Amino acid sequence: MNGPLSLVTIIAALVLAVWFLLRAALDRAPSRFDLMITLVLAVLVAVLVVVAIVNLFTGTRPSETATFIGYLITTIAFVPVAFYLARLEPTRWGNLILGVACLVLPVLVLRLQQIASVTGVA
Amino acid sequence: MSPEPTAQQTRPADAALNTGLGRVLLFVYGVFALSASARAIVQIITKFSDAPLAYLLSALAGLVYIAATIGLAIGGERGRRIALTSCSIELLGVLIVGTLSLADKANFPDATVWSDYGSGYGYVPLVLPFIGLWWIWRHRPKTTETPDPRS
Repeated sequence: MNGPLSLVTIIAALVLAVWFLLRAALDRAPSRFDLMITLVLAVLVAVLVVVAIVNLFTGTRPSETATFIGYLITTIAFVPVAFYLARLEPTRWGNLILGVACLVLPVLVLRLQQIASVTGVA
Repeated sequence: MSPEPTAQQTRPADAALNTGLGRVLLFVYGVFALSASARAIVQIITKFSDAPLAYLLSALAGLVYIAATIGLAIGGERGRRIALTSCSIELLGVLIVGTLSLADKANFPDATVWSDYGSGYGYVPLVLPFIGLWWIWRHRPKTTETPDPRS
């Protein structure tokens, strides 16, 4: 796993989580800006996942490759699903969905790093 | 005097199970449906003989979360009944498995979603059924139907 890129993703997600939870607490529906920065986060995550996939072919493979790929699929789909649900919910709860997603995303990235660090015995 | 309030000013109580906070619950239940069942599948495929009871309960947890997610997604009276059943099983499950995992470490050597009352998942599995049941209870259908206002 790419360390710096993972770190940037985790920090970005946590900052956005605070922002979205604040917006939900203030009873605001997701604005255009809220949805835009969600998409930016989704792109960042997509880059992270693509880099991880490239590493699967060029670098060392984690011993639990199947689990790792499962996590990669979950991770790349995660923010878009939250985005879709938040679009359906133009109330404060839409922002809460985005906030929860941004809290769970760092866990996914940390798990990916954890699985990637255990490399196979070949 | 203000005009007399209409009797059906609010939406039918069971119509909005899958909107508002319900949509947040749908998302969280979806996350747990995926993580619990994926974890159970991995455990059952790779090391079922280690702790069959724990892994079967893990799989049950996954199924319960999937059912709750579906119930919250379809909403209405049918969805409400599905969600009510699965949230009730979920509450019993997390309490029973949580207690067993502390009392009987031999049969629960490996963490599942409900082990230690869901401590591995920030105790969200313990809190979630209460929020879910409260939300479903809030959207119970009204038994005493008010007569339609005459026009």
